[in-house]
Amino acid sequence: MMQDTPPDEVEPDEEGEPVRLTRRELLRAGALSAAGLAAAGGALALPVRGAGQGVLADTPAVGHPAHGDHDVVRGGHGSHADMMAVGELAPGGFDPTAFLTRFDGGKVSRLPSGQTLREYEMVASEVEIEVAPGVIFPAWAYNGQVPGPTIRCTEGDRVRVRFVNGSTHPHTIHFHGVHAAGMDGAFEMVQPGGQFTYEFDAEPFGLHLYHCHAVPLKRHIHKGLYGVFLVDPPQGRPPARELVMVMNGFDTNFDGKNEVYAVNTVAHHFQKHPIVVRVGETVRLYVVNITEFDLINSFHLHGNFFRSYRTGTDLERFELTDTVMLCQGERAVLEFTYRFPGPYLFHAHQSEFVELGWTGIFDVHGGADGA
Amino acid sequence: MARDAAPAAAKPARVGWRPWAAGLGPLLLLVALVAAFLRFGPVGVLRKPFPPVEELTIERIAFPHPGELRVRVVNGGPEPSTVAQVLVDDAVWRHELDGGRTIGRLDGRTITVPYPWVEGEPLTVTLVTATGLTFSAEVPVATETPAVGRRYLATFALLGVYAGVVPVFLGLLWLPFLRGLSRRWIDFFLSLTVGLLVFLGVEALAEALEVAGRVSAAFQGTALVLLGVAGTWLALAALGQRRAGKGGAHTPSDVAMLIALGIGLHNLGEGLAIGTSYATGEIALGTFLVVGFLIHNTTEGLGIVAPIARERTPLRRLLLLGALAGLPTVLGAWIGGFSYSPLWTTLFLAVGVGAIAQVVVQLWKLFAREPGGGLTSPLNTAGLLLGMAIMYATGLLVAG
Repeated sequence: MMQDTPPDEVEPDEEGEPVRLTRRELLRAGALSAAGLAAAGGALALPVRGAGQGVLADTPAVGHPAHGDHDVVRGGHGSHADMMAVGELAPGGFDPTAFLTRFDGGKVSRLPSGQTLREYEMVASEVEIEVAPGVIFPAWAYNGQVPGPTIRCTEGDRVRVRFVNGSTHPHTIHFHGVHAAGMDGAFEMVQPGGQFTYEFDAEPFGLHLYHCHAVPLKRHIHKGLYGVFLVDPPQGRPPARELVMVMNGFDTNFDGKNEVYAVNTVAHHFQKHPIVVRVGETVRLYVVNITEFDLINSFHLHGNFFRSYRTGTDLERFELTDTVMLCQGERAVLEFTYRFPGPYLFHAHQSEFVELGWTGIFDVHGGADGA
Repeated sequence: MARDAAPAAAKPARVGWRPWAAGLGPLLLLVALVAAFLRFGPVGVLRKPFPPVEELTIERIAFPHPGELRVRVVNGGPEPSTVAQVLVDDAVWRHELDGGRTIGRLDGRTITVPYPWVEGEPLTVTLVTATGLTFSAEVPVATETPAVGRRYLATFALLGVYAGVVPVFLGLLWLPFLRGLSRRWIDFFLSLTVGLLVFLGVEALAEALEVAGRVSAAFQGTALVLLGVAGTWLALAALGQRRAGKGGAHTPSDVAMLIALGIGLHNLGEGLAIGTSYATGEIALGTFLVVGFLIHNTTEGLGIVAPIARERTPLRRLLLLGALAGLPTVLGAWIGGFSYSPLWTTLFLAVGVGAIAQVVVQLWKLFAREPGGGLTSPLNTAGLLLGMAIMYATGLLVAG
């Protein structure tokens, strides 16, 4: 997947290609032929993108897999401990774990009609984010983070989002939901330095998303302009441990394919830092797929089955499964309860995505005696 | 300054420190200017906000034992580059570097990756730098890299003996046959030798340029070829001039030695190729391939003895000639088998080209000294073309 499609900005200045030796070449040369290359490997120099430069301190040379908060990954060859991004994130950056449970209800007030008003301020800017330890990605972000803040409201609330474009390209915010055409964020480009206020009533309830709808679409989305738009049903959902997971990917060399896959941006984060849940506790995942370039993504849970509420728009009907496939922009509310303690993987069921970062662990605590 | 220096140099009696100081002047200014740039940075216009082009070159991927691979990477870019992650076949993998993650310009690192590679299957290693760029190299066939030891030393030596030493000595056995020929026919075989050499030279030059393309750009592979070819050519010419005295022409025996040297250097390159391919599982040295090399390289021995057909040559000297031409194959097989670097390979090949070019010129001169004929007489032209044709045809034997 990391082959060398020329990126759209800069022409490759040099390209190596796999070298296969034939006896013909060997003799033809009579001297060192492509044979040497068999061992040497053709060097593949990919071009540079014309964007921000990551400034990175010299991280420790010897990288051992971090065992994370909980030493639940067993070592040894062929284990998941080997297939893992090396190193730790620079401190102070985006925290995928914190993002799981960070919901933004906005500034709440009441309209004369009695309707709840939630006001948000969103600023688009250009920031550098770390998508795997040591790998800096020049992102476009809402409020300086990728994914943007998780906007949460209740069906029927009035949502008012003042959007300021603090970047150098035109952007918009396109909310999924039912609203007037002028509030759709598809046609009114907000120019650099400009602003626009989106206002609509949140409906229908369910798990939605928002993203930039400026063109070129692929670029505006894969660079990070997206987030979760969660609309609760008026009566609410049953109590549960609620976690937001945004499936995303990053094309770090801008060749039109992702080099890094993750939930909540950072490769292998939840494998190094497992999510602790308790036996018997109901877990509700809000899973949104905004992966660019790849047609689909998926979520698979180990040692368990979950109730999958597609788009979260129905509280009654669900499918009981352990794998759900989501197209770009599709989402699902997943609910499950663990009966047995221990570490359980969750990951895309596309092995390629797993190996490039989209995998994590639920570390189920407690109940050992009872289970 | 130059005007001051010239007359001073013309009169050696008055040479003092002044002309040298004058020569150093521009150099000192250059040093001062570079220091100023390094200290204060270049004029603003030269700087751009985006990162400089990074250029990491993976020079070699070795498989020391099952479950581990070693990647040799060189930074040929203008700025230091930081290796942030390593992917093997598109999977992020644990790894260790033998130094800091940031690799300075023209510096290198060896990266050890505990990866369960599969014998006989291809594999791609990708380095992801801090800026998200990727640099990949593919190994067509993963196979355990030979460790220096008695077993592999012997294996590679045997390979070299088969491919280089045996055929050259076989070719030398044509000497009695050549002795029995008239001068006309000896000239024919000399022309044939020129044909062989031209073929080998062109082959080696093409190869040198090809490998040069894989040398990390900072090391300028093509320029290395030029240095190797021209340097060797000039060095051999100067050496020949000293030996030949005022005349400048070589004796037939010298020419034979030169031919042996040129072929030896060429065989060193051939040994490199064989050793590397064998070590990386790219060739199984089948019967057919051995036979091909035998036939192909036997003609080289003929080339060595053609100029000395009418000389009295002691056996010891003949053995020396054979060793000079054949043994480098063994050396090459060792180097190619145990360690490979595109940079050194380019240089070796270029040196071989320079030597062969020099040999061709000397042979030409040998002809020029003789009355009548020369390379353009019908018989000799036929020999020259036949020489190339033989190399081409026997080359087909080794083609797969």
